[in-house]
Amino acid sequence: MNTTIQLQVNGKKHTVQVDPATPLLYVLRNQLALNGPKYGCGLQQCGACMVLLNGKAEPSCMLPVAAVKDRKIVTLEGLIQNDNEMHPVQEAFVQEQAAQCGYCMNGMVISAVALLNENPHPDDTAIRNGLQRALCRCGTQSRIIKAVKRAANSK
Amino acid sequence: MNRRNFLKNTGCLAIGFSLQRSFIDLPSPMFQELPQSIKRHPHINAWLEVLANGQVRIFTGKLELGQGIGTAIAQVAAEELDLGMNKVEVVLADTLRTPNEGYTVGSGSIEQSAMAVRFAAAAARQKLLELASQQLGVPAAQLNMQNGTISAVTGNKSITFHQLLNGKQITDKVQAPVNLKPKESYKLVGKAIPRSDISRMARGEQYYIQDMRFPGMVHACVVRPPAYDARLQELDEKALKKNIPGILKTVVNGSFVGVITQEEYQSVKAQRWLQQHSKWSAGSKLPAGSNMIKYLKTLPGQNDKVAEKGSIPDSNAWIKAQYYKPYHMHASIGPSCALAIYDNGRLHVWSHSQGIYPLRESISKLLPLPVDKIDVTGVPGSGCYGHNGADDVAADVALLAMAYAGKHVRLQWTRSDEHAWEPYGSAMIMEAAALLDDAGNITAWLYELWSDTHSIRPGGDANNLLAAQHYATPLKESSRFSSGANRNSEPYYAIPNQRIEAHFFKGPLRTSALRSLGAYANIFAIESFMDELAEKAGKDPFTFRLMHLQDERAKAVIRKVQEMISNIQLPANTGIGIAFSRYKNSASYCAVAAQVHVQPATGAIEVQKMWSAIDAGEVINLDGIINQTEGGMIQSASWTLIEQVKFDAQHVSSRDWVSYPIMRFNQVPEVEVAVLNQPEEKAMGAGEAAQGPAAAAIANAVYKAGGRRIRHLPMVPS
Ligand code: FES
Ligand code: FES
Repeated sequence: MNTTIQLQVNGKKHTVQVDPATPLLYVLRNQLALNGPKYGCGLQQCGACMVLLNGKAEPSCMLPVAAVKDRKIVTLEGLIQNDNEMHPVQEAFVQEQAAQCGYCMNGMVISAVALLNENPHPDDTAIRNGLQRALCRCGTQSRIIKAVKRAANSK
Repeated sequence: MNRRNFLKNTGCLAIGFSLQRSFIDLPSPMFQELPQSIKRHPHINAWLEVLANGQVRIFTGKLELGQGIGTAIAQVAAEELDLGMNKVEVVLADTLRTPNEGYTVGSGSIEQSAMAVRFAAAAARQKLLELASQQLGVPAAQLNMQNGTISAVTGNKSITFHQLLNGKQITDKVQAPVNLKPKESYKLVGKAIPRSDISRMARGEQYYIQDMRFPGMVHACVVRPPAYDARLQELDEKALKKNIPGILKTVVNGSFVGVITQEEYQSVKAQRWLQQHSKWSAGSKLPAGSNMIKYLKTLPGQNDKVAEKGSIPDSNAWIKAQYYKPYHMHASIGPSCALAIYDNGRLHVWSHSQGIYPLRESISKLLPLPVDKIDVTGVPGSGCYGHNGADDVAADVALLAMAYAGKHVRLQWTRSDEHAWEPYGSAMIMEAAALLDDAGNITAWLYELWSDTHSIRPGGDANNLLAAQHYATPLKESSRFSSGANRNSEPYYAIPNQRIEAHFFKGPLRTSALRSLGAYANIFAIESFMDELAEKAGKDPFTFRLMHLQDERAKAVIRKVQEMISNIQLPANTGIGIAFSRYKNSASYCAVAAQVHVQPATGAIEVQKMWSAIDAGEVINLDGIINQTEGGMIQSASWTLIEQVKFDAQHVSSRDWVSYPIMRFNQVPEVEVAVLNQPEEKAMGAGEAAQGPAAAAIANAVYKAGGRRIRHLPMVPS
C-alpha cells in the first residue's frame, strides 16, 4: 500500500515511501524527523500540529500526505534563517518568555507567522482571532499575545 | 563506578577529602537545618559534578513540568559557585543519575530541590577553596572564585575547578553549618533570568518525550475497555492482521490490549479497528443524568474532623451557603507518551511521570521484574498539572516492550485515551455557615466538605496503574483518602469558634491529584462566602478580610492588589471581585482581583482582566513566579467558567476538545502580577497559589457586575 510521494518541506524536496492516507503530521515527525509540529488531538481541534501550507497556517493531523504534494510546507524548523537566526516571531516568543511547558508553541508561532503575513499590524482582536484555533493549557495566552505584538513591532 | 551504583551505595567511595575546621569557622547561623533532600542524599557529588570542559553539572530528582525548575536550580547553583548561567547544566530526574526526590508535586521543588542544590553548591565552594588554598599555597581568605577559576587576589596564581579535582568528584557529606552566600551579594537569585529551554522549544529542537526517536523504533497503541470495569470477551487478532498492515505484535492479558506496529499511523488504525470489532462486557453503570450534589452526598464514606476550636452555639442566625465544583480534567495539550526497551534482561523506560523512582517500583511489581533491572529516565512532556496519564502510559509501554524485546517501543496515547482515562480532579461539595456579631465580626464558622480522593499516584505499588486493573487477574485501585481534599479547608481568618469536617466518598470517576488539590474548591467556597458575609456585615470586601486577618504578609498582598486596581474606571455592567488565600495555609500568599462584564440581557460572562499580588517568600526566579501566577489565573478562569467532565451511563463522554472545551483566545483575560519579594523568608513554590483565589474573585466580580451569586460551577455550562 506504500507509495512514493514527493514533498516540499522547508525549501527542500523530500521523497518518502508511505501509505498515502497517512496524515502529514506523522510523515513530518517520523519520516522527516521534524519536531516542530506536535500531536495534540489528531482531530483538528487544538492547533498543536500546525504547519504553513503555501503560507497559511493549517493543522496537519488529518490531512492525508497525498493531498499536499504540490504545496510548500514550512515547519518551525523551516522558519530558522540560513545563518541560524530565528524568525522574528520565534525571537519574540523567546524575548517574552512566552511558554510554560511550551508544547503549544508550535501552533502559536505558526499561526502568528501566517497572521502577520496577512496583517502586519494586527490589533488585540485580530491577534486573538488569528490564534483562536490554537489551545494552551498552561495559561500562557497573555504572553503569547504580547509576543505577537512584539514581533509585529519589530518588522 | 557508574552513577547508578553510586546512587545505590552513596558513600562507599570517598576520595579522602576532609573539611578543615578553619573553613567552617566563618560567620554562619548558630543553628542551621539542612534541607530534607540533603539529609537523604548527603554527598556533594549526588548533586553536583565538575566537568572537564569547565562546566558544573547539577543533578535534581525533580522534573521540568513547564514551571521553569531547571532554570531556578541553575540560578541557585551558579550563585553559590559564582558561575555564569551558561556554565551550569542541569540533569533532571533519572534513576540512573539523580537523587531520589520522590514526586515533583505540591509546589515543593523550590523548597526541596533548589534548597538542596544551594547547600550542596555552597559546600562544594568551601571544599574547592580549601583545595585551592593547599595547591596554590595561598590562604583561602585571599582567594577569589570566578566562573570556574580560583585565583589569588594578589599575584597571578590561579587554578580551575577541573584542574583542582583532576577528574575526581567531591564526595564529602554536606554538613551543617554550611556557609551560604550572603543574600545581599546575590547577582542571579531573585532576578528574572530567562529560561534557556524556551529558545529550544521555539526552534523546534528535540525537547519533549514525544520527540525521542531511536533507530528501529516501533510504535504502539492500547485499546481500553468501553467502560471502567468492562472485560474483554472477544478479540480477533487474525482479522486485525488482515485488515491493518504493519502489525508486529498484539499483546492481550485479560482486558489489557496493546498492539505494536511498524508505523505510528498503523497503530492509530489498529486502535480504531479493534475499538469497532472487539466484544466487551457491559461494565457497571455510571450515574448519568443524576443531580450530582444529591448523588454524591448519598454515597457511603468516611468522615474526618479536620479542626475544631471554641464552641459552636445554637442559633437561628446562621448564614449558610452551599458550593459545588464538578470533576475537572488535567487536559494536557500533548497526550501522555512513553518509550521503553527491554534488552539483555534490563528494561529502560522514558517517562514524563512526576515521580520516576516510585514509578520504577510500581512497574517492577506490575511486570514483575526486579527494581535493579529497571531504569527510568525523566523527560519533559506537555504540562501535566498533576497526576495525568503519565504513569499509566509508562506502565503500558513497559508491558509492551517486555513482549517485544530488543526494540524501542513508543506509545503515544490518543486524545481520547487521555481525556477518558486520566484521573480527574474530584468533584466536591462545600457547605459553609457563619455567625456575625453586631460589629460585623465572624464569631463562629461551620464548614463541611465532600470529596473523592486527591491521590491515587502509583507510589511504588502496581494497583493504581490502569494496566494492572485490566489484567486477567485484575488488581484493585487502592485509593488512600488523602488529606488533599482538606487542603485550605480551614479559613486563614481569625475566627474564635470553628468546626471543619470532611466526608470522603468513592465516586463514579477515577480521580487523583490535580493542581492545588482540594484548595481550589475550598478557597472558591470560603472566599465566595467571605464576600457574602461582608455584604451582610455592611463592609467592603477588602476591609472585611483585613479585619479578620492577623498575618501581616497576608494583609500586604491584599493591600497590594487593592492598590493595583485603585485607578480602574468601571464601565456599566462591570464589576471587580477579590479573593485571598495562603496556599496550604503555610506556603505562598496570593490575592487576586478579577474584572468581569455581565451582559444584562443574556447573563453572558466575560472575564476581562485579572490582577494578582503574590508573596512566595524569597524570590529565586522573578519571571518564573510571574509566569506561573499568570498561568494559574488563566487556567483557573477556564476551570471556573466552562469546565466539567461529562459522562453517560457507560463511560466518560468528554473525549475531545469539543466535549470538554477549555478557554480559547477570545475568552482569555488580560493578566497582571505583582511579586512581593521577602529575601529573608523561606523560598516557596508559586505554581498553585492563584487557582483558588482566582475562582472566587471571578464569582465575586460576577455578583458585583449585577449578575447572580454563582455557587455551583461551572459558571457557564456548555
Ligand atoms: S493535533 Fe492537529 S489540531 Fe490537534
Ligand atoms: S505553554 Fe503549555 S500548553 Fe501552552
